[in-house]
Amino acid sequence: MEYNNRVLLVGNEAAVYGALLAGCDSYFGYPITPASEVAQEAALLFPRLKRVFIQAESEIGAINMVIGASAMGKRAMTASSGLGISLKQEGVSYLAMYELPAVIADITRSGPGLGNIGPEQSDYFQLTKGGGHGGYHCPVFAPDSAQEMCDMTYAAFDIAEKYRTPVYIMADGVIGQIMETVTLPEPRPPRKDSPWSIAGKREDDGTPNYFTTLYLEHSELEQIRLRLEAKYKEIEKNEQRSVAYKLDDAELVLCAFGVSARVALRAVDVLRSQGVKAGLLRPQTVWPFPKDALRGTLKTAKAFLSVEMNCGQMIDDVKLAIDCSRPVHLVSRCSGNIPSVAEIVARAQEVMKEVTK
Amino acid sequence: MSKEIVKFGKSPVFFDSFTRRPGPVKTNMHYCPGCGHGILHKLLAEAIADRGIQEKVMLVAPVGCAVMAYYYFNCGCISVPHGRAPAVGTGIARVAPDKMVISYQGDGDLAAIGFNEFIQAANRGEKMSVFFVNNSNYGMTGGQMAPTTLPGQKTTTTPYGRNVEVDGYPMKVCELLNSLDVPVYIERCALTSTANIQKARKSIGKALDNLRDRKGFSFVELLCACPINLRKSAADMNKFIDEEMTKYYPLGCFRDRSAESESKPLPPPPIHDPETVRSLLYPKKLDIGVAHTFRNESKLFDRELRLKMAGFGGQGILSLGIMLANMAKLRNFNVSWLPSYGPEQRGGSANCSVIVSRNKIGSPIIDSSCDLLIAISQTALDKFKDEVVPGSVLIYDSSTMTLPPLPEGVIICGVNASEIALKLGNAKCANSVLLGALAAVLKKNNILEGGDKADFDKVFNEAVFESFSSKPEVIELNRLAFVEGEKAVNA
Ligand SMILES: Cc1ncc(C[n+]2csc(CCOP(=O)(O)OP(=O)(O)O)c2C)c(N)n1
Ligand code: SF4
Repeated sequence: MEYNNRVLLVGNEAAVYGALLAGCDSYFGYPITPASEVAQEAALLFPRLKRVFIQAESEIGAINMVIGASAMGKRAMTASSGLGISLKQEGVSYLAMYELPAVIADITRSGPGLGNIGPEQSDYFQLTKGGGHGGYHCPVFAPDSAQEMCDMTYAAFDIAEKYRTPVYIMADGVIGQIMETVTLPEPRPPRKDSPWSIAGKREDDGTPNYFTTLYLEHSELEQIRLRLEAKYKEIEKNEQRSVAYKLDDAELVLCAFGVSARVALRAVDVLRSQGVKAGLLRPQTVWPFPKDALRGTLKTAKAFLSVEMNCGQMIDDVKLAIDCSRPVHLVSRCSGNIPSVAEIVARAQEVMKEVTK
Repeated sequence: MSKEIVKFGKSPVFFDSFTRRPGPVKTNMHYCPGCGHGILHKLLAEAIADRGIQEKVMLVAPVGCAVMAYYYFNCGCISVPHGRAPAVGTGIARVAPDKMVISYQGDGDLAAIGFNEFIQAANRGEKMSVFFVNNSNYGMTGGQMAPTTLPGQKTTTTPYGRNVEVDGYPMKVCELLNSLDVPVYIERCALTSTANIQKARKSIGKALDNLRDRKGFSFVELLCACPINLRKSAADMNKFIDEEMTKYYPLGCFRDRSAESESKPLPPPPIHDPETVRSLLYPKKLDIGVAHTFRNESKLFDRELRLKMAGFGGQGILSLGIMLANMAKLRNFNVSWLPSYGPEQRGGSANCSVIVSRNKIGSPIIDSSCDLLIAISQTALDKFKDEVVPGSVLIYDSSTMTLPPLPEGVIICGVNASEIALKLGNAKCANSVLLGALAAVLKKNNILEGGDKADFDKVFNEAVFESFSSKPEVIELNRLAFVEGEKAVNA
C-alpha cells in the first residue's frame, strides 16, 4: 500500500501525530482553548491504534495519570494551556523528582487568571524556570510551525527518556491553531518497556522497583539534588537548539521564538533592505536557552532586540547569556496581539540610531 | 498501651528486613504503637500473599502516615502527590491492564484534597481496589481536623471541638460512593476487636478477588486508630471507634455485586508495528496531484502569496481557506492556514489567512497588504479593505454588499455567490462559486499564465475529490458550482 506522508495539519493535531509516531502509549487530557484540538485529535487517533486516551477530571487528574503511565515504563503525554499548566505543576515537580519521562504541551494563551484565549508567550517564566516547587528544570521546546509541532513532540519523547525528565512543548496559540503542510516522520519501531518501571526489579538488590520523592535524611536528599543538578548541566551542555538567520555579520541581533520569530524574520529582511545589518536567532529550546549561539553573535553584535508576546520575559535570558555586555531592548505585544513587522522595524531603527550615535 | 503485634516476615509480601527505611531500625515499621496502618498493612500483605498476586500488584501509596509503604511491601510501589493516588492508579491500570492496582489512602488524602480524583476514578469504574483509612484526623501532620472528624471532636485545628456550623458534618465516603452506578463492592469495617478485624480480613480479601478477576472498582473503608493524635489508650481508642465513630459511620456492606459482576476482558494490546501504524495514520495515496518536480509556470508563484478570506461565522469562510490551502498543497507549495479563533467564530466575524509559497513560509499573519481578499460580508470587507492595495484581487458577494472606496489598480470582481448557490439547491456550495469566480478573474487578467489556466480548474477538482472522496454527489455539486461561478464572471 502506498501512503502519503505530506499532509495538511493544524499545529495541535501535528503534535498528536508526532506523539503517536514516536510510540506514545497514552494521552490524558482536559479541554481548554486553544489546546483542545490536541485532546480531540488524541481522542480520535489513540483508540485507532489501541492506545490509551482518557479525558481526565482535571489537569491535576491528567498529570497524575501521566505519572502512573510513566511509572509503568510507558510513553505518556498531556497538553493544556497556561492555567491548566499551573494546575499540573505539582505533578511536574514530582515527575522531575521521580526522574520519570513525560511530554507536556502548553498551547499558551494570554495573561494571568483567565486572561483571554488569544496567543501569547506568557508562560515563558513558568516553564523555563521550573514552574512548580522545589527547584528543577524541564527541557522546553518552542516550535514555530505545524511541522515543528510534529517533529519536536516526536523528539521530546526521546529527550524525556534519555534524561528521564518531563519535557515541555511550548507553543503560542497561533502555532497550535495554524494549519500547514507537514511531512510526517516514520513510526518508531516498538520499544521495550523501560527497565526502571515499577513492574521491573532493581539492579542492586533484586527487589521490585519503586518511586518516591521523599528523602527524610538531609544528606541523602542533598546527594539526589546534586545528581539532578548535574543532569541539568548535562542537558544545558548538550541540548541547546536554535536556528540562525543572517547572523554572520549582524550588528542588530533579534531574538524571538514561536510565531513572533516568523514575524521577526520578515522584519530582518525589511531591515536589511533598509541597510541595517540585522539577523535573527530563533531559540528552538528556551530551556536550555541557546546561550552559546547567542554569545557567538557578539563578534559583530552591537545591540540585541528581544521580540516577545508577553511583557518581556526571555529578555532576561538574553541579558544573562551575553552578560549584559550589549544593550538589550524589547519589542513586546501581549494579550492576543502579535507584534507587526512594522513595529519591529521601527523599534529596530530606533535602537540602531541609539547605538551608532 | 497494648500493642498490635505485627508478625514481620510472616507474609512474604513484607520484606524480611526493612532496609529501605533510613536510620538504624530495620525490623519495625515506623507507625506508632496501636496505629491502624500497622494492622491494615499486615492484613493487606497476608491477603496479597494468600492470592499469590504479589508479582502483579502495583501499590499506590498516599501522602500521610502511609507515605512510606514502599519500606515494607515487596511489590511494585509508587508514593504519589497528596490525594492523587486514584489518578496515578488510573494511569497504571490503563497502560498495564494485566497489573492489579491498589490505592491506599488516608482520610485527608482521599476525602479532602483528593476527593475528586477518588470519586472520578470510581465513576469510571477503574479496575482498582481502594483501601481507605478513616482515623478521624490528619495523622502525619499532627492531628488536624479531617473531613471525617466527629462533631465536637477536638483536634489541633479544632481546639474548641469541630463546630458543624463552621466545619460541616463528618463526610460519609461509603454512602457518597454508593450513589454511583458502577462500583462493584463497598464496605466499611473497623480495625478494633478481633471479630471486627476478622470481618475486615474478609472484606479486604473480597476487594482483592475482584481486583484479580477484573470485576471493577472495589472500596473498603477501615475505621482505624490513631492513638497518638487522639491521645487515647488502646482500649479507649477502640471504644471511641466502636461507640462514637460508628454512630456516624455504621459498619457493614453498602454494596456487593462481586458475584454477579463479570470479569472484564483485557483490552487489545496497543499497536506499535510500523507498517500497521502507517496504514492507520497516513492517508492513502490518491491518484491525484503532480510529480514532486512539477512547478507552475506563472510568475505569480515566484513570490509568497498572501490570501485572506473573511465573512461571518457559519458562512463556511474557514473551509474556503482550507480548500485553497489544499489546492496549493496539491501543487507542491508550502501553505499555512490561520483562522481567527475562539468565540469570534460563534456568530461573529470569522476570517482566515492563507499563505502560499515555494519556500518556508514566513509570518503566517497578514497585517498589511494581501494579494487576494475574498470578503462575503459587509463588516468583513469594511474591516479588511485597507489590506487591499493596487494589484490585489478582491472578490465579494455582490448580491448582498456594496463596495467602499478602494485604491486604483485593485482587480475587483463581484459575484452573486449565495444566490447562485441557492439556485443550485445548496447554500453550502457558495465557496465553490467563489473559487470559480476567482478562476475566471485570474485567467481573464492573465495572472495565471499558459498551462496554469487549465491547471487551476484541474487542481480545484482534485481538491474537491480529496475532501469529499466518499461523497460523489457532493463532488458533483461543487464542480457544478465552480463552473457556474466562472460563467457568472465571464458573462
Ligand atoms: C499538597 C499538599 N498539601 C499538604 C500536605 C501536608 N500533608 C502531609 S500528610 C497530610 C495529611 C494526611 O492525613 P491523612 O490523609 O488523614 O493520613 P494519615 O496521616 O492520617 O494516615 C497533609 C495535609 C502535602 N504533603 N501536600
Ligand atoms: S500519627 Fe496516627 S496515623 Fe500516623 S502513625 Fe501515628 S497513630 Fe498512625
